[in-house]
Amino acid sequence: MRKTLFESLTHGSLTEPAPAPDESALAELATKVDRAAQARLGRSLAIREVDAGSCNGCELEIHALSNAFYDIERFGLRFVASPRHADVLLVTGPVTKNMRQALERTYNATPDPKWVVAVGGCAIDGGIFRGSYACVGGVSETVPVDLHITGCPPSPTDLLKGLLALLEHVSAKG
Amino acid sequence: MGILDSIPHVNAVPSHRPWPRVVVTEAGWQAAIDRLVEGGLTLLGLWGEPTAVHMAMLDAGSAEIAVVTYECTAGAFPSVASRHPPALRLERTIHDLFGLVPAVADDLRPWLDHDVWGKSHPLSGRNASRDVRPYQFLPSEGEALHQVAVGPVHAGIIEPGHFRFTANGEHVVRLEQRLGYTHKGIESLMQGASLEAAAKLANRTSGDSAVAYAFAFARAAEAALDIEVPRRATYLRALMAELERLANHFGDIGAICNDASFALMHAQTGILRERTLRAADAAFGHRLMMDVVVPGGLARDIAPDGIPALRTLLAEIKKVFPLLIELYDNTASLQDRTVTTGIVKADYARQFGAGGYVGRASGRNFDARRTLAYAPYDLLSFEVPVLEAGDVNARVWIRIREVEQSVELIAQILDLMEPGEIRSAPPAGRGACEGLALTEAFRGDVMAWLRLDGDLRVERCHLRDASWFQWPLLETAIEGNIIADFPLCNKSFNCSYSGADL
Repeated sequence: MRKTLFESLTHGSLTEPAPAPDESALAELATKVDRAAQARLGRSLAIREVDAGSCNGCELEIHALSNAFYDIERFGLRFVASPRHADVLLVTGPVTKNMRQALERTYNATPDPKWVVAVGGCAIDGGIFRGSYACVGGVSETVPVDLHITGCPPSPTDLLKGLLALLEHVSAKG
Repeated sequence: MGILDSIPHVNAVPSHRPWPRVVVTEAGWQAAIDRLVEGGLTLLGLWGEPTAVHMAMLDAGSAEIAVVTYECTAGAFPSVASRHPPALRLERTIHDLFGLVPAVADDLRPWLDHDVWGKSHPLSGRNASRDVRPYQFLPSEGEALHQVAVGPVHAGIIEPGHFRFTANGEHVVRLEQRLGYTHKGIESLMQGASLEAAAKLANRTSGDSAVAYAFAFARAAEAALDIEVPRRATYLRALMAELERLANHFGDIGAICNDASFALMHAQTGILRERTLRAADAAFGHRLMMDVVVPGGLARDIAPDGIPALRTLLAEIKKVFPLLIELYDNTASLQDRTVTTGIVKADYARQFGAGGYVGRASGRNFDARRTLAYAPYDLLSFEVPVLEAGDVNARVWIRIREVEQSVELIAQILDLMEPGEIRSAPPAGRGACEGLALTEAFRGDVMAWLRLDGDLRVERCHLRDASWFQWPLLETAIEGNIIADFPLCNKSFNCSYSGADL
């Protein structure tokens, strides 16, 4: 029963044509990310996500990167459970003062070479939470940031594009 | 008998709508607490201002709500939590933010304040300072007990919080939560904000419930201003609220199964969730539908492509979801993890007024959409599933049944909706006014209370997430379970960190 179910469900969702612009953008991203990742990191880029006080909207879209439509692992990008296993910290939120120390410690626990990607409007400069007594405002005020991905929240496609930009940035540096 | 009949009060605040707010002395405040302790009334919220505390209560039988206000002339108020434990974290928060002292409190440890804001009692309006002491977790004593500290940075892609387990071998003896890590100071940012700016903040109080928060905030503002919203706008609001519920329930059902190592379900519900978000994007121009619901109605109408996109979505869900239910129901190894795990006792669910699937899986028959029947739910037909078992399995089944109901609700709305206006203009020149509203988010009721000044600016706004009354029950649900089942229990609650930390 389960096998049939699995086949019919998976089959159906994979063959159904997705909207054309999305599909082509994704295909284009797939090739680019793949080539860049392979060149620099041998198909392996480990990402540790850190919520530094976000509203959880960004987390929902970062989660979506792992679903069947975006399937981030096909690019060699994967989420890991510890900063000690990570190459990239993906940081969201306006960095609440209550999270600043935890973010610093997570950064310090990540081995070099490492890159920080600030995700979402809040992570750039505090966004709509800027000026609050409880927020530092902007990830770069706490740890050095290599790339910002804008959006509130950024869509999974924006996130993929951002990770591609990071890879190009890294290659240029190296 | 009215909700306030047995609560002596000094005077009512005339500009508070749609339910009454009354000022009470200590006698009235204690009488209100008596009703909460007896179980006649349910605590909906407890929040502060620089010199007053407000308590909102619900009479579920008559669907009446009232707010009682105690003026803290001496900087103190009679403690609610010492007699009614669900108020504890709310009371500690009032002390943190406003410096008002609950008398006599059994537990006055800081809650949101982690000693890093650079000031104490930030909303008190004065330069105060408090004694800074290391945070003490509650003691658990006994031979062979050990502690496991988890967070604030967790292994998964989730929000930050700290869990302190005391375990005897594998079995959890006590779990104590330490939250507040995502405290952004939303209440202070609300002060003086325009309706538009404040609505944006409400949308981002808990991103997974953006529509529910915007809906509650807008309804509170509309109640305060006494304005009607066009019928089409109320239908579209409910349409978005049900889409949000679908997306979250799909995500949760899959994530719960994934935490029991059943990844197949996670992959399948992930597809349904993504399809739901894409349909939402096609219909309203934003995957999480942020900033569409605004005071007075909607910022924009549904896109012409939206309706066929939604009909396609509903057809897809009707085709696929029954197979997934069957899969869940027929997988014994999965049921082995979810049945009898993490039981929330019915008494606790009732006492804490636990909303959403946490309450309804433990026999609490409350859903703001039905009990309060706010527009347009008074015109729609739907069922509210209730179960008694209170375990992870029951919380999964409540979600499954609610998915089915949301699909039906969206279909009804698409059939009933007619062309028309989508926004009423706020009236000019109305004086200071106050409003209160509840909406049913996917995880339970969201309460919004606000006071507007004569220039349509927010003077004070308090938003209360359902998680306030669910988090403490997670502490009880894990007791006696093994630590390895904590992720499963936690996911079956899926409480909001950001929504409760504010």
